[in-house]
Amino acid sequence: MDLDIVALSRLQFGATALYHFLFVPLTIGLSVLLAIMETVYVMTGRVIWRDITKFWGTLFGINFAMGVATGVVMEFQFGMNWSYYSHYVGDVFGAPLAIEALMAFFLEATFVGLFFFGWDKLSKVGHLVTTYAVAMGTNLSALWILIANGWMQNPVGAVFNAKTMRMEVSDFYEILTNTVAQAKFVHTVSAGYACASIFVLGVSAWYLLKNRHVELAKRSMTVAASFGLAASLSVVLLGDESGYQSSEHQKMKLAAIEAMWETHPAPAPFTVFGFPDQEARETHYAVHIPMVMGLIGTRSLNTVIPGIDELVKRAEARIAQGLKAYAALQQIREAGSTTSVTQGVRDAFELNGPDMGYALLLKRYVDDPRQATPEQIRQAAWDTVPQVAPLFWTFRLMVGIGMFLILLTLTFFVLSARRRLDRHAWLLKLAVFAIPLPWIAAEAGWMVAEFGRQPWIIEGVLPTAVAVSNLGATTLLITLLGFIALYTLLLVIELKLMFRAIRNGPHDEHPPMVGDVLRGFGRNPSRPFASGS
Amino acid sequence: MILHDLLGYDTLRIIWWLLLGIVLVGFALTDGFDLGAGILLPFTGRNDIERRVVINSVGPVWEGNQVWLVLGGGAIFAAWPQLYAVSFSGFYLALFVVLTALILRPVAFKFRSKRDDPGWRARWDWVLFYSGLVPSLIFGVAIGNVLQGVPFRFTPDMHILYEGSFIGLLNPFALLCGMVSVVMLVMHAAGWLVFKTDGAVAERARMFGMLAALLTVALYALAGVLLLTVVNGYRITSVVDVLGPSNPMLKTAEVRAGAWFANYAAHPWTLIAPAAGFAGAIGALLALMARRGGLALFCSGLGIAGIILSVGASMFPFIMPSSIDPRASLMVWDSSSSHMTLFIMLVTTGIFLPIVLAYTSWVYHVLWGKVDEDAIREERGHAY
Repeated sequence: MDLDIVALSRLQFGATALYHFLFVPLTIGLSVLLAIMETVYVMTGRVIWRDITKFWGTLFGINFAMGVATGVVMEFQFGMNWSYYSHYVGDVFGAPLAIEALMAFFLEATFVGLFFFGWDKLSKVGHLVTTYAVAMGTNLSALWILIANGWMQNPVGAVFNAKTMRMEVSDFYEILTNTVAQAKFVHTVSAGYACASIFVLGVSAWYLLKNRHVELAKRSMTVAASFGLAASLSVVLLGDESGYQSSEHQKMKLAAIEAMWETHPAPAPFTVFGFPDQEARETHYAVHIPMVMGLIGTRSLNTVIPGIDELVKRAEARIAQGLKAYAALQQIREAGSTTSVTQGVRDAFELNGPDMGYALLLKRYVDDPRQATPEQIRQAAWDTVPQVAPLFWTFRLMVGIGMFLILLTLTFFVLSARRRLDRHAWLLKLAVFAIPLPWIAAEAGWMVAEFGRQPWIIEGVLPTAVAVSNLGATTLLITLLGFIALYTLLLVIELKLMFRAIRNGPHDEHPPMVGDVLRGFGRNPSRPFASGS
Repeated sequence: MILHDLLGYDTLRIIWWLLLGIVLVGFALTDGFDLGAGILLPFTGRNDIERRVVINSVGPVWEGNQVWLVLGGGAIFAAWPQLYAVSFSGFYLALFVVLTALILRPVAFKFRSKRDDPGWRARWDWVLFYSGLVPSLIFGVAIGNVLQGVPFRFTPDMHILYEGSFIGLLNPFALLCGMVSVVMLVMHAAGWLVFKTDGAVAERARMFGMLAALLTVALYALAGVLLLTVVNGYRITSVVDVLGPSNPMLKTAEVRAGAWFANYAAHPWTLIAPAAGFAGAIGALLALMARRGGLALFCSGLGIAGIILSVGASMFPFIMPSSIDPRASLMVWDSSSSHMTLFIMLVTTGIFLPIVLAYTSWVYHVLWGKVDEDAIREERGHAY
């Protein structure tokens, strides 16, 4: 039953996180695009830019509501489903979450109301400041959650405390400047910008195809194409891999992504295609490009990237050291304090403490890791290899889409510079059909990062299987099904409202825009104009 | 980093205990009125325009208000990780029900007025009612259970074993606390609606608000009497090291009748909290009778703050007692984060909370004034 609880807890977290991540990238990117569009309005004073901002703002609002709805669940879930995790690393992991609320959520949530309700209550510049505050809030929230997530991938700046049985902060600055967190932040935020750009580009292309709202669509496309080109270049070139050399399991993740079962001499080749086979520990029908992997992974020609076989050997050695630390810890806890055990025990704990998490990998097989057989230790070492095939494929899917988005945004950038946006219907159609791609890439990226972290919840420190709450399988099943049912229902309603808002276009907005009234589209000409017109 | 030694571990623990109270009060005072407005929605708005008046009165601010709840979760995680781990996993199904409400709420606000269909709007109105009522009730029920002690223990590795059930949470005393929570937030929301609206909506809100204020006084008093007579408190029975490591298993404690009143006897000034609870609710009643919305809002806020702080004052230094293994009870001295984390979080809060309060005040200032029914009828200036 234990395994069921772990599997169900993981499934629930994965489902809710992937679902939440359907809304996050668009929120991050669209908030910045709104700020850019409104800046143009304030600088040029041309009312069409206000219409543009309001129209995309409506779509932003629908999406934002879903992001808020699914975001609260994420925060609660750590404590609900992962109580040992919360106890074990709350001292470190809780801080960025609390700071995220203080610094980011208050900013975006307080000003998002004013964004919608404040058009008539604020001056032009006042409203622009509001939009900037929303954009800053969404982007800062990405920063803090990725500092938290980066620490799960590369737990720097913290030490285990035997008296409290948990990890505690030793150097907060190190946690903030974690290389993995920084790489993730740039990568994820760029992905959000690309996602929103493709969304704006695609919806605008649809309008051009239908010959509706042409002025709004062309202007939106110009912004989206240039911003989107910069973003998709950034998301691919400043990919996450830059952080993959910073820790042992990040290296394992890289080896799994590449299905590198054995260590190759530097620079390693890149496997473009193949069928990774976890059982046989080889990749069938592999097609390699020489040297490319070494270049991408290490940005050098002579750094060796360790393969899976070598990393497993290292893991086995660390389990042995971790067992020494675990044994010492038990003696310390039985004695009541570090001062009442011998120097030898203290040294063993100090020396091997960083590897203690590896001993906990054995909890899957035995209650007391000290009783583990050599066979179980070997098995546990192989457990440190994540599922290779899903990582191999999701990574390639993500990168492939990234490359395509660069080409697409580049094409539209050129078209817009030459004022030929509406000349090629097939390109416009392509842009419409490209709308789902950034979402697919983002979800694939989440899989690479989080599925690839397995079997760890905190790399090298705490295995996922040990971190769950002590809940019944039925309870977990009820909530899992509950979340899925509720989320599916809301997603259907959300998509319907999105499509409706897009079909209706900018003129169905409440309150109607000044530009509409000026162009004679308003339903009631005697209605007083809003201020700022 | 040795900066954190500037403040003693014990001082930081006290400060974070106070901050926990402040964040909970902040949540109840801000999100409280929009949750309460959700509960009052079907009863104060009889037609679509009136309902939209109620919804738009909280429309621009509820999202920011709810961040107090998110901050509460984050602050408990960061400063009281064991409290976070025990309460969130222990109250598992109850929190799931709260989450269904919190998932539906933003969506209901945003989606309700996107279509003209009366059936669509009526459904979302009931969702807003549900999502206002359920969190208000369950957070109160949770406090009621904490006061009685929660059935959890620790394994030697500090895994948490929770031995209660969802139905067990819904015991009479806990439900009474849930009712206190609901009526006090309804009282608060009534003050808000009288302050932000006119006409029929304000008048109906006033009547419900007076009723809620009366019930707040009565039910809060009843809960106090039960706490003195039937519901037992807890007491520490060993020497406590206020600078010690955050490991709850290093002390001993016991169940003791009337122990939740020991602090009031030892430090009579703490009676300010329950006194403010009663005075605020009575003040809100009088202000509503006099049709003074702003004053009613102030008084209900005072009452709510008093009621929440009285729970803390009664239980100190306990935060979450264990009913099956009192030794495992979480208290201020043994369930906090490390010295350094508490210090870093205090500095961060010291910088950002004033900034948050400043811009929040500015936003409320911009939105000052009553919700204009005509403007809603003519589709101007209101998003929902």
